[in-house]
Amino acid sequence: MTSAHTTRRAPALPRASAARRGSAFLTAHPRVRLGLLLAAPLFWLVVVYIVALVLLLVTAFWTVDSFTGEIRIDWTLDNIVTVLTGALYQTVTLRTVGVAAAVTVIDVLLALPIAFFMAKVAGPRLQRILVIAVLMPLWASYLVKAYAWRSVLSQDGILEWLLAPLGLHTPGYGLTATIITLSYLWLPYVILPIYAGLERVPDSLLEASSDLGGRTWRTMRSVVLPLAFPAIVAGTIFSFSLSLGDYITVNIVGGASQMLGNLVYTNVGAANNLPLAAAIALIPIVIIFGYLALVRRTGALDNL
Amino acid sequence: MRTISRGRRAAAASITAVGAIALLAACGTAGGGGGGTASEQEELGDFEGSVSILAWPGYVEDGSNDPEVDWVSGFTEKTGCAVVSKSYGTSDEAVSLMKTGDYDVVAASGDATLRLIAAGDVAPVNTDLIPSYAGVYDFLKEKEWNSVDGVSYGVPHGYGANLLMYNTDVVSPAPTSWDVVFDGASAYSGKVTSYDSPIYIADAAVYLMAHEPDLGITNPYALDETQFAAAVDLLKAQRSHVGEYWSDYLKEIQAFESGDSVVGTTWQVIQNVLAGEVSNTAVVLPDEGATGWSDTWMIASKAKSPNCAYAWLDWIASPEVNAQATAYFGEAPSSDAACDFRDDCEAYHAGDADYASKIWYWTTPIAECVDGRTDVECVDYSKWTEAWSEIKG
Repeated sequence: MTSAHTTRRAPALPRASAARRGSAFLTAHPRVRLGLLLAAPLFWLVVVYIVALVLLLVTAFWTVDSFTGEIRIDWTLDNIVTVLTGALYQTVTLRTVGVAAAVTVIDVLLALPIAFFMAKVAGPRLQRILVIAVLMPLWASYLVKAYAWRSVLSQDGILEWLLAPLGLHTPGYGLTATIITLSYLWLPYVILPIYAGLERVPDSLLEASSDLGGRTWRTMRSVVLPLAFPAIVAGTIFSFSLSLGDYITVNIVGGASQMLGNLVYTNVGAANNLPLAAAIALIPIVIIFGYLALVRRTGALDNL
Repeated sequence: MRTISRGRRAAAASITAVGAIALLAACGTAGGGGGGTASEQEELGDFEGSVSILAWPGYVEDGSNDPEVDWVSGFTEKTGCAVVSKSYGTSDEAVSLMKTGDYDVVAASGDATLRLIAAGDVAPVNTDLIPSYAGVYDFLKEKEWNSVDGVSYGVPHGYGANLLMYNTDVVSPAPTSWDVVFDGASAYSGKVTSYDSPIYIADAAVYLMAHEPDLGITNPYALDETQFAAAVDLLKAQRSHVGEYWSDYLKEIQAFESGDSVVGTTWQVIQNVLAGEVSNTAVVLPDEGATGWSDTWMIASKAKSPNCAYAWLDWIASPEVNAQATAYFGEAPSSDAACDFRDDCEAYHAGDADYASKIWYWTTPIAECVDGRTDVECVDYSKWTEAWSEIKG
């Protein structure tokens, strides 16, 4: 800025230093400028994401010596075929998708009223307190929260104590416990985008709707939900993809149940079959890509 | 690769991708081929100042779990080698952790030792450099799980059986058979617990040996297709009654404390910990016999601190320390001299070679039947691993 001003005021030719020459070159070549600017982040993106993914893909076509556990580079489709045709993988995939879908639905149902209250009803002071309250669980470690649920859901846990007078019982460890725990863990990630989305909905639109005779539900359905839809979708992407890859929660409160993450984990950690683990890991990637493609068709991503 | 004609950009992208794959395949991330090149150490040098140890829980106690239980501090005082330890839950985990090369010493069971040796992850051990080795029971030395072709790959630590633990308030009468976790498991449906490892299939085989003699199982680690299928079916039936599988011993302790598990397979050390907190659990060695383990301390072929590692092997095999460590875990010690420091050696039949031979020590199942049969091919460990995932479903 300043140099531009000086140049304009003093038309004397600047001394031709290397930096100045470089700067002049960059001014004349906007593409090179863009390239240099993007080089670092692109390098990161390529190395960390794309190379890692390609490596994963490649490893899935290798094989492992079952006795010593050494990886052998024998190109084979066996792992992919096993994963696609094995009854075990189909069952576990369905179970995992089911859990992720249930968690997503529960979280959206819980998050919508909370986010709406935060964005449209609460005063500025209360709003700030609520945002902090929503963020608060994120201060505690994931493991601490999962283990807390383990003791809450246990046979002599607080839930059993609360429900016993009503003649009910704790669900115990299993898929229900997993869904409850995951819904709790990912709730902040769903509330925040929906809250941000609702904040952007102008109050004047709500007033206009009621001026035109729209009742609460009508306004919600025809004005708020369509405008907040991209934000809701953003929230579901978080809860869905996080649940899809989770294996720790299900290990802690899932009883004997397995999810895709556990199969990957046992194949890496216990069975030491990296190629098969890579092949299994491709399942959630494909599902997420499918989900994103589906979301894209609704146009929700364009509005983000 | 699927090529969708979407103009030059797509083509360029796919060329890049193919190039990347080719490049990566060329570099590869596969580990270097099997070793076996490592040779044993001739003499000891100066201590390196630290040693990192991979072991079963309860094997390397420095007083942080229980101030009374500490045999690491004495070692550090004596040698100046600081000890960094990590515990593992299953033999498979140990095998894959040893591949990281982060550990100098490993305490491995019989189902891991041969795999470690075959992969070249552990080196032969020169037992002349370990004075305590002389006192170790002869029936533990140079066994098929700790030696290859007369070359010793480690120092025996101790041995014991996988027991049946039950909640005395809930499970009555007191069980004497594995039946409570197999055919009779429905009585405790949802509260049965099992060890989360493919090697647990051998527990089902031990049960079948006694209850289905027609199958002709003579060794639970040598199962042909029919025998293996029977064991897997038994475990699949058990699956519907299992509340939780455990490989983290703390998880089992907690599940028994809270009553979420009331019967299942266990280690003596778990009972020992529970006995200090609740009084309603007990263990039994069922009539059918049991699987068990015989552990070996081994040294990594790429150990960064081989001298501290040798010092640790000598330390842990010395009678007093071996007595402490094996008593804490609940297993028989590796030497008679260690029994002078323990008052419960009788209970573990320490030194009773005959009893020791009745426990089915963990061994890696291989295609060549370990029971000596040559007319059939046995199911190897990779199939056990696959079957285990299927059993859990």
